[in-house]
Amino acid sequence: MLRHVAGRTGQALVTIWGVLTIVFFALHLSGDPTLLLVPPDATAHQIAALRHQLGFDRPLAVQYLSYLGHLARLDLGQSLVQRLPVATILAARIPYTLELSAGALLVAAGIGLPAGAAMALWRGRWAERALAPLVLAGQSLPTFWSGILMILLFGVVLGWLPTSGAQGFASLIMPAVALGALTMSTFARMMRVAMLDELGRDYVTAGRARGLSLGAVVLRHVLRNAAIPVVTVAALEIGNLMAGAVIVETVFAWPGIGQLAIQSIASRDFLVVQAVVLFVSVVYVLCSLLADLAYAVIDPRIRLSG
Amino acid sequence: MRTIRRVPPGILALLALLGAYGAVALGAPWIAPHDPLHQSLLLRLRPPLYRAPSGTVFWLGTDDVGRDLLSRVIFGARASLAVAVLSVSVSLLVGTPLGLLAGWFRGWAAVAILRIVDSVLSIPAILLAVLTVAVLGPGFFDLILVLGLTRWPRYTRVVYGQTLQVATRPFIRAAELAGARPARILLRHVLPNIAGPLLVVATTEFGLMILFEAGLSFLGLGIQPPTPSWGSIMSDGRQYVDRAWWMTVFPGLCLFGLVLCVNLLGDRLRDDSR
Repeated sequence: MLRHVAGRTGQALVTIWGVLTIVFFALHLSGDPTLLLVPPDATAHQIAALRHQLGFDRPLAVQYLSYLGHLARLDLGQSLVQRLPVATILAARIPYTLELSAGALLVAAGIGLPAGAAMALWRGRWAERALAPLVLAGQSLPTFWSGILMILLFGVVLGWLPTSGAQGFASLIMPAVALGALTMSTFARMMRVAMLDELGRDYVTAGRARGLSLGAVVLRHVLRNAAIPVVTVAALEIGNLMAGAVIVETVFAWPGIGQLAIQSIASRDFLVVQAVVLFVSVVYVLCSLLADLAYAVIDPRIRLSG
Repeated sequence: MRTIRRVPPGILALLALLGAYGAVALGAPWIAPHDPLHQSLLLRLRPPLYRAPSGTVFWLGTDDVGRDLLSRVIFGARASLAVAVLSVSVSLLVGTPLGLLAGWFRGWAAVAILRIVDSVLSIPAILLAVLTVAVLGPGFFDLILVLGLTRWPRYTRVVYGQTLQVATRPFIRAAELAGARPARILLRHVLPNIAGPLLVVATTEFGLMILFEAGLSFLGLGIQPPTPSWGSIMSDGRQYVDRAWWMTVFPGLCLFGLVLCVNLLGDRLRDDSR
């Protein structure tokens, strides 16, 4: 077990290092990152001064090492636009994105998992035929479109919910539903496949033969086993939800890190954009690590084969 | 494998629908009733089926600067499909060879390639696209490069796994013994045998690319105004949602229909290949 944990943690660290490296080189794609950080009307002298101040005139390898060094100390730099540490700016927005993602995850799991289970249990019956198009639609709905449609219906026509901003629970409902739709479909599909897989196994037949009702077998055994693959997907979906928040937060003027990233592009506050990308990616890697470890806890076969 | 199988009617219908989208995109200049860029400040935000005093009908209404929405939606299909086709091609061209190499030669090269694949896939695609667009600046070709270069690892991973499997088959060994070089084996023998799964991934990715193009254009990071794209039309529509629902509903409907079509096709192909 310990070897498994150590091995997976090491892999995750390598992946994070890879992410940092990719982001570093993405920043240097344009040749001179200084130009990304200065206002459009800066003079050549100002640009040169800033380039020196930020160390962009040093060799690339030196810059790379110093970049890694700063990040290792969790130093994300100083925003040149807001004149605040980037970490402070980011920290003020993270709770909103977490709230939104949690809401979306709740919507997705609350609808997706029962829907998937129902589709497997009543395969080929009306329940599956009614749910299948819903799942498929959720998978193909662009979040900004469903978001605006909801604003139109519940905000403008019916006037039930606020159309933008973050003022309490009511304003969370529409963004969470819009963001959660895709994940809901993913959950439903995964759950359906996992349940079908389990329902076909011998222990189900054996349980039924001993006189257990289908409900009892499902509740006590099938759900537990089907949960294993679903847990992994759930963890990965948290990362996807935080990324999807970029668009949903823009639609609903939700003050999370997604909106922050887009606003920062407009104000040329590039270090903030970089910080958002790094933050979400690291969360993503950590979630998938946690999923792997949770997997081993739930399923002893993985733990024992190490 | 070479026998011509009858194409199931479901897939045929979906292909026909996709073909219709493609035909509209290609024929946009001839199909669109108006110039999609022509503004008319006297005809701002007119509702669908509006008949102008001159007698012209605006079937889907007009936008906030009086452009014909139907024409813009028709031209929007162009942006959507062009970006999706080209970016899928870019990532196929980058991802497939890397997957073949990793699966064939294995060893440290495969480890290195797969580590890069993991890292790129750990950065949520939309954010990586946002970051690179922010660096390179928005534009049609930049958008294609960005999407193509952020999505290639999806193909590499699938091709790698499939190549590992196919490489153990007897006919590959036979080709090797006959003296064929790796390049020939990979292109003539391995690639045709992994085309099925590759096609499934490419279809799913195609739908995703359509959504990404629209999403990035919605954020102002994709196709730049005044060129029409469904995403940017809806971004304008968001401002006028209380007065001009048609600016959001119609382009969104086209986008949703196209992505649904592609996803259904992907599902059918996946089920068939099992």
